[in-house]
This record gives sequence, C-alpha cells and structure tokens, in this order.
Amino acid sequence: MILGRVAGSVVATEKHYKLEGRKLLLVQPLTPEGLDRGEVLLAVDGAGAGEGDHVLVVQEGRSASMISGRLESPLDCAIVAVVDRVDLG
Amino acid sequence: MQLAKVVGSVVATVKDPALESRTLLVIQPIAPSGAPAGAALVAIDGVGVGAGEEVLFVKGREAAFAFLPDTVLADAAIVGKVDSVSGTFSPIPSKAPVKKHK
Repeated sequence: MILGRVAGSVVATEKHYKLEGRKLLLVQPLTPEGLDRGEVLLAVDGAGAGEGDHVLVVQEGRSASMISGRLESPLDCAIVAVVDRVDLG
Repeated sequence: MQLAKVVGSVVATVKDPALESRTLLVIQPIAPSGAPAGAALVAIDGVGVGAGEEVLFVKGREAAFAFLPDTVLADAAIVGKVDSVSGTFSPIPSKAPVKKHK
C-alpha cells in the first residue's frame, strides 16, 4: 500500500456495472514525509475520502476488488483508508 | 487504473476465439491534464466508446473481470467513459485546476 493525497476527481457516468455508484479519485502519491512523488493514480474510493485528504491506496487488483465486498470488479487501485497522521521514527 | 484517450482501433480477422467479437482499441494513457503519459497500448472495450474519447482503463488480471462471465483474453480493459476531470495537480504539468479538454 502507498500513501497519497486526493488531488482531484473524475466523473464517468457510463462505466462498468461493478463500478456503479463508485467515486473515482485522482491520487498524488506521497513520500512518508508528505512530499509529492511519481505520477497521479486513478483510484476507486472505498473509504469516503475527499479532495485534499491523505489516504492509503492499495494497488493490487485482488485486494482492490474486495472493497465493499464486490468481488471480481475490474479495478486495480482503491483507496482503503483516510490517513489521520504518519508517525516517523 | 488510469486515464487514456482512444486514438485508434485494431482489426484482426484471425484471432483467438476468446477475442471473438471484441473491440480492440488503441489507447494513449494520459495525465489528468490531458498530456500523454507513457506508451500507447491496445485495450479491449468493455463499455462502448469511440475514437477520440477519454476513458478509464484497468490493466492486469482484473481487466478480464470486466467481461465476466465470459472468458476474454484481456490484460487491459476500458471500464468507463470520462465526462470530466477536476482537481489541482502539482507541479507537473500545471498548478491550475484542470478541466477536461478534448
């Protein structure tokens, strides 16, 4: 899983039925220190995240597909938690 | 998952039966700003999109889930049609709020 910040959203009315009702968010990956890194990801929201929130993103298909119990959904990237804080030793 | 723009299609008469009657589209992955991001690839259409449209696609094993219960040879599938993109993306390519542009 990686840390990220919700940077935007995508509206797509016409989509696969297993993605119906799902919020699609663009996530900027972050370093543990909170700095931007790498390219923006497109993730399905499974945690009720909003723009600006720091989130935990799973990028493995089988796990991402399990959000809210929808097995075998065609998605490979999901927000699974809203991060309150990161404590670094 | 990623955003992409449909830039073409592939016609293949001789193909595996698991690809029969599927639409093969050439897509160019794009950044939220609309700028090309990475190499173009061929994806199977799971929604019904046309040339020039912005779409979302999924790569890997989960791509085949888009066509269940059919078994389709897919490692990339288009699973949505983009209406609009919004947000603030920094520092590349722009700090301004990004709206969808065609």
